[in-house]
Amino acid sequence: MDESQLRLDGNAAAGVLQEIFVQELTAARGACAACGMVAHIGAQHLYMYPRAPGAVLRCNTCDSVLMVVVNDRGRRRFGLPGLTWLEVPEPPPGG
Amino acid sequence: MVLAVPDWPGHLAGQHVDVRLTAEDGYQAQRSYSIASPPDDNERLVLTVERLDDGEVSPYLVDELRPGDRLEFRGPIGGYFVWDASMGGPLFLVAGGSGICPLMAMIRHRAASANTVPTRLLYSSRSLADVIYRDELDRQVAMDGGLHVVHTLTRAQPEGWNGHSRRIDAEMLEEVGWAPAERPLAFVCGPTPLVEAVARTLVDLGHEARRVKTERFGPTGG
Repeated sequence: MDESQLRLDGNAAAGVLQEIFVQELTAARGACAACGMVAHIGAQHLYMYPRAPGAVLRCNTCDSVLMVVVNDRGRRRFGLPGLTWLEVPEPPPGG
Repeated sequence: MVLAVPDWPGHLAGQHVDVRLTAEDGYQAQRSYSIASPPDDNERLVLTVERLDDGEVSPYLVDELRPGDRLEFRGPIGGYFVWDASMGGPLFLVAGGSGICPLMAMIRHRAASANTVPTRLLYSSRSLADVIYRDELDRQVAMDGGLHVVHTLTRAQPEGWNGHSRRIDAEMLEEVGWAPAERPLAFVCGPTPLVEAVARTLVDLGHEARRVKTERFGPTGG
């Protein structure tokens, strides 16, 4: 299958990201370590490989790997090899 | 699919839920479905599920699920592909097939909150019979001068059809959409090839990339 056919938006990763990040992450901005482009996580490209146990988030500009999620025997491993930074709104006072 | 959800915390138009099915042997399959009901209706949650013949989840939801069955799901989720009345507009919504669902939540939210943000919907379907929410859209347009809906039917057109009958292209986006100078907020949802072509064309036409938000329905969406 052509790989672009597997492409979704980062939006589709919202559920799994919610498991470890306190803030809603698809609305967060992140900078690609490879090309420097800044974009919302929800706007990046998400690949859910049907034969591999996980998901790969790639930069929508240079296609570098930003984040990977691997499911393995009851554990979930998050890797963020290609993000220089993530930016989320400051939580409201007292929140 | 209409669900009663006890203690639903409320959602934003455009958000989705992850539905998880577990087989007797423990095998699990999970899919994301857009919420079609507006945030203003907290009593029930409406998901529109398109049945894919080779899907793992959608045939079960469409053929097997019965009133009273219980479903395991997580949500509401997503904070990027959402529209709230406070975000303003004008709005340009572009849908391909069942990509109409999250956009319908936006149209319904706009109507329910008496919001007057000028809104244009360009909706591509295979045939008239494939148009989801056709009657509701017709009714809404008749009542609301701020909502403009244009259909294109790509495979079969009824006799006397005087609307568009081709895939969405640059000319159609220019004709139906807003000029870039109006700085519309664009939401594009549908199959991956349609979404990518439309998003690229909008940017080529001069729209700001960050005001063009997309949601692709991929082959894992079944």
